[in-house]
Amino acid sequence: MSLYFLRRALGAVLVLLAISVVIYATFYVAPGDPAKLACGPRCNPEQLRQVREQLSLDDPVYLQYWHFLQGVFVGHDYSTGTGVMHCDAPCFGLSYQNDQQVTELIAQRLPATLSLAAGAMALTLLLGIGTGLLSVVRRGGVVERALTWLTLAGIATPVFISGLALLMVFCAYLEWLPFPSYVALTDDPEQWAWNMLLPWVALALLESSKYARMTRSSMLETLAEDHVRTFRAYGVSERAIVGRHALRGAVAPVIAMAAVDFGSMVGGTMLTETMFGLPGVGQLLVHSVQTVDLPVVVAIVMVIGAAVVIANIIGDVLYAAADRRVALR
Amino acid sequence: MTDLIGTKEPEAVTPSGVAASGARQVWRRLRARKSALVAAAVLGLLVLLALGAPLLAALEGQDVNAYHDTLVDSARGGVPSGSFGGVSADHWLGVEPGTGRDLFVRLLYGARVSLMVAVGATLVQVLVAVVVGLAAALGNRFVDSFLSRITEVMIALPLLVFAIALTAVVPTDFPRPLLLVVVIGLIAWGGLARVVRAQALSLKKLDYVSAARLAGGSTWRVARRELLPGIAAPVITYAVYLLPSNIVLEASMSFLGVGVKPPTPSWGQMLSSATTWFRADPTYVVLPALLLFVTTLAFTVLGDAVRVALDPRVASRLRVGRAKARKAAAPAGGEAA
Repeated sequence: MSLYFLRRALGAVLVLLAISVVIYATFYVAPGDPAKLACGPRCNPEQLRQVREQLSLDDPVYLQYWHFLQGVFVGHDYSTGTGVMHCDAPCFGLSYQNDQQVTELIAQRLPATLSLAAGAMALTLLLGIGTGLLSVVRRGGVVERALTWLTLAGIATPVFISGLALLMVFCAYLEWLPFPSYVALTDDPEQWAWNMLLPWVALALLESSKYARMTRSSMLETLAEDHVRTFRAYGVSERAIVGRHALRGAVAPVIAMAAVDFGSMVGGTMLTETMFGLPGVGQLLVHSVQTVDLPVVVAIVMVIGAAVVIANIIGDVLYAAADRRVALR
Repeated sequence: MTDLIGTKEPEAVTPSGVAASGARQVWRRLRARKSALVAAAVLGLLVLLALGAPLLAALEGQDVNAYHDTLVDSARGGVPSGSFGGVSADHWLGVEPGTGRDLFVRLLYGARVSLMVAVGATLVQVLVAVVVGLAAALGNRFVDSFLSRITEVMIALPLLVFAIALTAVVPTDFPRPLLLVVVIGLIAWGGLARVVRAQALSLKKLDYVSAARLAGGSTWRVARRELLPGIAAPVITYAVYLLPSNIVLEASMSFLGVGVKPPTPSWGQMLSSATTWFRADPTYVVLPALLLFVTTLAFTVLGDAVRVALDPRVASRLRVGRAKARKAAAPAGGEAA
């Protein structure tokens, strides 16, 4: 088991390094001049030279990349002209926009994104596994047909459509809920939940359809297995089989997928965040792309990459824990 | 290591599909599903409308980018005058709030962008995935493990994040629709490449492929003549699923303001500006949302039908599952009711 973790951790580090090389190459080396971007629109040649020096853009590329890695792992010192500014590890450099440390910028935005992703994932699992199981228990009937079409509709509805619809119905017409504005969980848990409700539902509607389909096909597969036939032969009711005996094996891959998805959800929330005006990492990414703030873009992509890789490992472990036939090797 | 992401892929992709049944049988199975027919009809209509956009615009007598200040009520912040978002004989679906541009024509041109980007990106994805997948299956151990790792990374990266990030480094004068085709096409091919590799690996073990190799066929020839037809079925199935996801990706990027640039119309962009108008002018929200929803739904329904038609085992498995369940559930069902 510990050997397994060691190997996976090593693999994860390698994948992340590979991602970092690709991202670094794409963003800093390929087209354009980072110095010009960092210096801003009104920039005289003297300032440009200073910026080039500060960002060490005249160094060979591999050295620049090495400094970037150094910053991430041990921190980095910047000369600001008047003094030295230390940027603690993990340091992704300074934002071109306001010279703030990128790590700080992201840390400020993480609570909103994590709130959104965690709540939406919980709701997704509840809705997705629930409807998936229901459509198996009631298969061959009206309920199943209705659920099939509902999940299809759910998959075809991007967050910005379901989000708009929810806003129009619940905030504009019925006026049951306030227009969402982010309140930190630590400030006021009740207000936090009320304001996050619509974003959660909007994201969960889309995601749970995927989970419903997967739960359904996974459950149907499990029901075709021999041990289930044995249960049937013993006269165990269909409901007990679905609800108790087959559940574990059928839900295992779904839970594993949820862990993986949680990683990408942390990165995939930018639509929901933009839709509902949540100050999260996704919104920061969109803003940074529009202002070509490369250090922030690179850092966010790296952080999300790391989240996904780690989530993958957790997913594998959960899968093995839920289904004992799967051995971790 | 357990295969996690494998569970996400469409079920059972096997050679039996196309090879054993022939195109006519597939077509017959496809035709037998009413929902597939409806979906195909809807998509056909949409393609016609998109192709005929300039013609229809001329028929209505409106231009895509012409502003009509007189048609919006500046006293009320630019809400279209008249009912249903300013519907009139001149403007069949009303006008855009704020600018007064004709909605009908903008929606049609938006369809053009949507479909063009989606189809283009899908072609790029299929091309990349088939090349990478076949190379991984036919190459030596190192080529295979190298390409497989890259594929894994491509699957793991959140698509939208990377697509959006990439648009940051491209010069602003690069044509946006083409950029979207390239960005989406070069990012979202991982899943398909994995399917192609798995399929090609299982085909490679079959006798007829060995025979072709022994007969002196080069790797390239074997790939083209013996493997390519065998992977057609899963590739087509997957491609039909890629189309709606590409449409949504394009709309999402345009919604976030990093996709198609104004004044080129796009559904995602309209929905983005609709977020500020939905109280004053609900019609403006409903139209692009409905179009996007119907298009995506139609593609998804069609994708399901194509999958079943190309792989009859899926259909029979579903049928058997249902019949069995009905039999088994009969006593329990009565109890529940």
